[in-house]
Amino acid sequence: MRKIVSDLLYSFFAILLALLLGALLIEATGYSSLSAYAALFRGAFGDSYAIAQTLAKASPLIFTGLCVAFAFRCGLFNIGGEGQLVVGGLAAALTGIYISAPIFIHIPLAILAGMAAGGMWALIPGWLKARFGAHEVITTIMMNYVGILLCSYLVNYPFKAPGWVAQTVFIKESATLPKLIPKTQLSAALLLALLFSFLTYLFLWKTSWGYKIRAVGLNPTSAEYGGINPARVMILSMAISGMLAGLGGVGEVLGVHKRFIDGFSPGYGFDGIAVAVLGRNHPAGAILGALLFGALRAGGMAMDRVTDVPADLVFVIQALVILFVSAPEMFRIIGRLKK
Amino acid sequence: MNAVVLRNITKRFGDTVANDCISIAIGKGEVHGLLGENGAGKTTLMNILYGLYSADSGSIFINEEETQIRNPKEAILCGIGMIHQHFMLVPVLTIAENIVLGVEPPGILFDRKKACTQVEELSRRYGLSVDPSCTVANASVGIEQRVEILKALYRKADILILDEPTAVLVPQEVEELFKVIRALKQSGKTIIFISHKLREPMAICDRISVLRKGRFVGTVVTEKTDTHELARMMVGREVELNLKKSPMRRRAPVLIAESVSALNDRLLPALKEVSFTLHSGEILGIAGVEGNGQSELVDVITGLRKVAGGKILFNSEDITHSDPKTLHTKGLCHIPEDRYKRGIIGDFTVAENLILGQEDAFRKGIFLDEGRIVAHAQGLIDAFNIITPSPKTICKTLSGGNLQKVVVAREFSRNPRLFIAAQPTRGLDVGAIEYIHGKLLEERDAGGAILLVSADLDEIMALSDRIAIMYEGAIVAELEAQNATEETLGLLMAGVVK
Repeated sequence: MRKIVSDLLYSFFAILLALLLGALLIEATGYSSLSAYAALFRGAFGDSYAIAQTLAKASPLIFTGLCVAFAFRCGLFNIGGEGQLVVGGLAAALTGIYISAPIFIHIPLAILAGMAAGGMWALIPGWLKARFGAHEVITTIMMNYVGILLCSYLVNYPFKAPGWVAQTVFIKESATLPKLIPKTQLSAALLLALLFSFLTYLFLWKTSWGYKIRAVGLNPTSAEYGGINPARVMILSMAISGMLAGLGGVGEVLGVHKRFIDGFSPGYGFDGIAVAVLGRNHPAGAILGALLFGALRAGGMAMDRVTDVPADLVFVIQALVILFVSAPEMFRIIGRLKK
Repeated sequence: MNAVVLRNITKRFGDTVANDCISIAIGKGEVHGLLGENGAGKTTLMNILYGLYSADSGSIFINEEETQIRNPKEAILCGIGMIHQHFMLVPVLTIAENIVLGVEPPGILFDRKKACTQVEELSRRYGLSVDPSCTVANASVGIEQRVEILKALYRKADILILDEPTAVLVPQEVEELFKVIRALKQSGKTIIFISHKLREPMAICDRISVLRKGRFVGTVVTEKTDTHELARMMVGREVELNLKKSPMRRRAPVLIAESVSALNDRLLPALKEVSFTLHSGEILGIAGVEGNGQSELVDVITGLRKVAGGKILFNSEDITHSDPKTLHTKGLCHIPEDRYKRGIIGDFTVAENLILGQEDAFRKGIFLDEGRIVAHAQGLIDAFNIITPSPKTICKTLSGGNLQKVVVAREFSRNPRLFIAAQPTRGLDVGAIEYIHGKLLEERDAGGAILLVSADLDEIMALSDRIAIMYEGAIVAELEAQNATEETLGLLMAGVVK
């Protein structure tokens, strides 16, 4: 409990420090940091629309954050969230377009299809690691390219909707996730994200499978000695991790765009790594991290509209936040080296 | 005159006081023992003297002069040399190159010949014979230790700190080391001999200082004390040094190994046709210098390493290619040699560690049954005297002895028939050793079959009913315990007689 409080305090100061340094940068480039931040804050929390935007941007980030955190609990670095999210999105879109079913069957079916596709996409690196010892960082990065480009091909040729844009046709009404607030991007994907955060927590800390996964993550040698098969557990963890990323794509496709658009993800999968780091690889932390990054994203877009400060600056602030959040860990490591 | 005086040295690590106001005086030219259990603060104190740590308070006097020692370089300038428990040598370099490394004879090119003659001269002067042109990789552990001592002497050390120097040696090598120490004393060197054993300091030291739990207990003159007094000073209570062993009742064979072969991690042969039979109700001790295949033997029996040839039978069932899980259910338990790397999961709680391997048995529906896990833990904590603030304490914060009790409690609680105990008391204090030895004997008397692998000859001799000696991956001899003497075992372990 004490550790959670101190972690939260650390993160809070890291954000504060990042905003301060960001302000210096804005001033140095000749803009007013005060008006920039005011615009950013209004864009993120100013009214119900702004808050809805923040929550909408946070939804896929919760999923990708969970994806990275889950794999990390098993000692694996899943950098392939982006690819898993995209293939998950396409699978959900195709299910939404080509299958006819009543809403209470169609939506779960599309969700399952997205999970299955994302899971499969991560299962391959997991299997390669267990079977041949191929490092998952390399293979998941490679699978990103394969996944993103494969989906890009599919919506440019076989599944392309008439017109100029590389996208599918709209999904059926029966597969659409309902909006939580009309005329915003906020859909039931957020509820799905919160539900899966809770499920992830239950699975990891309250089941014997979660016990095995954490055991392998903390000490594979001891786990093996205790009769756990680390290879099998790693494959399973990667698959589940991929399913979580796939769900991120599902939410965007079924809830926001209602179709698969080539390049719909502005790097949610990669931001998931930062979200997981910020959230200390805990589901609750992932929610908080995703909310922060969602706010920065939504606010940054507003700031871009109403001030001259470029939205790119938001990415600088994001980077600074990550830098400062991981700094205590860095100081600890440096301290250890000195001794 | 005193070579070293430590006055009121205090050193804290977080909340723990590793050294609490310790004052010790070490006379010039004496062999001074520094005795204490693991965690008593011996190594911390010596690391302060060697400049690896800085003391929070207190002062150091070298040759009656107050001295600031901020790093090992300054310690070396003061004439202090430290020989660590784990040697710090470059295997591919020759002995001479290792000795002069960092302080080579001056000149742009490395003068190998000069280095060799210097080392030869040095080794003659102190009677530490080594072959300077031999590479360290080909040298034995005893020779490596000499190289470490020569390294310190080459840097003109007058005060030598030996940290647990006998831990890695066979009895004959210990005798050789003692000869070297006596020769060094003759030539006027001061020697600090760190140990947690009782007999060795008694044999070699002039005076012995004892530490307990970070505090200085006292300094005694070796001639005027005995092992019982030392043990009492070390532990703080009377200790039963001699185990009470009931006569053995050997029953049916439990574990049979038939010409078992296996490879090590570098895929070289590590086990060569090892055969033995272990019966119910007996302890079979596997003695040997570490690295002669004992670890691989344990791995093979416990299903953690592939068997390359031969057969293993457990209660006449073939278990040659069984995995750890299957073996657990058949009634095998395993106390691994490295409790930190293998025995526990440091970041898990005590309760979580106590169900490792049985996690599926502690379910209620699909969820873990928290209440039953904690109750199970509390039961074992009481039964095995594990000292922990609560079952939910993070395991790695426990002391070494309590960690080992966690491992023992978990393994013994499964009602096993076959016990594989690898280095079960390594690095533990006297109290914990006493406890674990007692538990092993208890299980033996109850009809358990125990395979005890240990590098500690005293432990092997105290517990075993039969002793097998491993050398270079093979069992070179097997003796009934009553026929085994330290001398014969030592010779067998060193591969001198077959």
